[in-house]
Amino acid sequence: MTAEAHPARRLPGEEGVWVFVLGDMAVFALFFGAIVYTRGQDPAVFAEAQSHLSRTLGALNTLLLVTSSLLVALGVRSADGRRAGHAPALFGGALACAVGFAAVKVTEYAHLISAGHVPADDDPTMYYFIFTGVHLLHVAIGIAVLAWVIRLARRPARTARDGALLECGTSFWHMVDLLWVVLFPLLYLMS
Amino acid sequence: MALARTHVAGAVWLVLVVATGLSWWLGADHTGGLATIGVLAVAFFKVRLIGLHFMELRGAPTPLRAMFEGYVVLVPVALAVVYLVA
Repeated sequence: MTAEAHPARRLPGEEGVWVFVLGDMAVFALFFGAIVYTRGQDPAVFAEAQSHLSRTLGALNTLLLVTSSLLVALGVRSADGRRAGHAPALFGGALACAVGFAAVKVTEYAHLISAGHVPADDDPTMYYFIFTGVHLLHVAIGIAVLAWVIRLARRPARTARDGALLECGTSFWHMVDLLWVVLFPLLYLMS
Repeated sequence: MALARTHVAGAVWLVLVVATGLSWWLGADHTGGLATIGVLAVAFFKVRLIGLHFMELRGAPTPLRAMFEGYVVLVPVALAVVYLVA
């Protein structure tokens, strides 16, 4: 009861991953700025390009990533003790959400392209494909990271280093969620 | 204590889901200006929740938390300026 009253500040994972995470967030901040700026250049073209997007699929993808982050957060707490507990299953659920996100994204791209909307059409469409594409790359890397996190969580005798690496992986995944949480409204909802 | 943190995580998730629905609704009418600023605010409110509670930045060393909090305030403000001016 006493120790928890004022817990010491703690760095999740290791310094290096935070340098990466903040750096990546900064790069995406520039992407966000580019999206808003390009809308200002020609709001009519932006609105027209946006009308081809499915807000429902975009929202679904947001729910998938947000749920995956919840499962990862629960998994990290579950992996606190020496025993694996529910951690592998929770991380597995997060990985399933990630795969779901990728499947929805690819479906969206297929719909757009088959309807004749390609990056060469206009700047907003180009930015949509480039920025969601770069994000999708992060999701793909994140899927590999989550698979690795599951392996770490399953180890019968996890070291402190294993724990730190696990937290690095999960921090990266939360960042992937966080970036989409901004991309979705800017691309699909901004008017 | 672990159970309480599980409840916090679940509550954060619920807020994120509701916030997503809210911004989806805000964006539905294409009423421009105010709705978009609202959508931006909701987005970074969600970003902050993810950082503080899921990424556990709430208990992280102050410099890191300060940089994150700075991001969550400065980026939406900058985007709003670009949106209103461009």
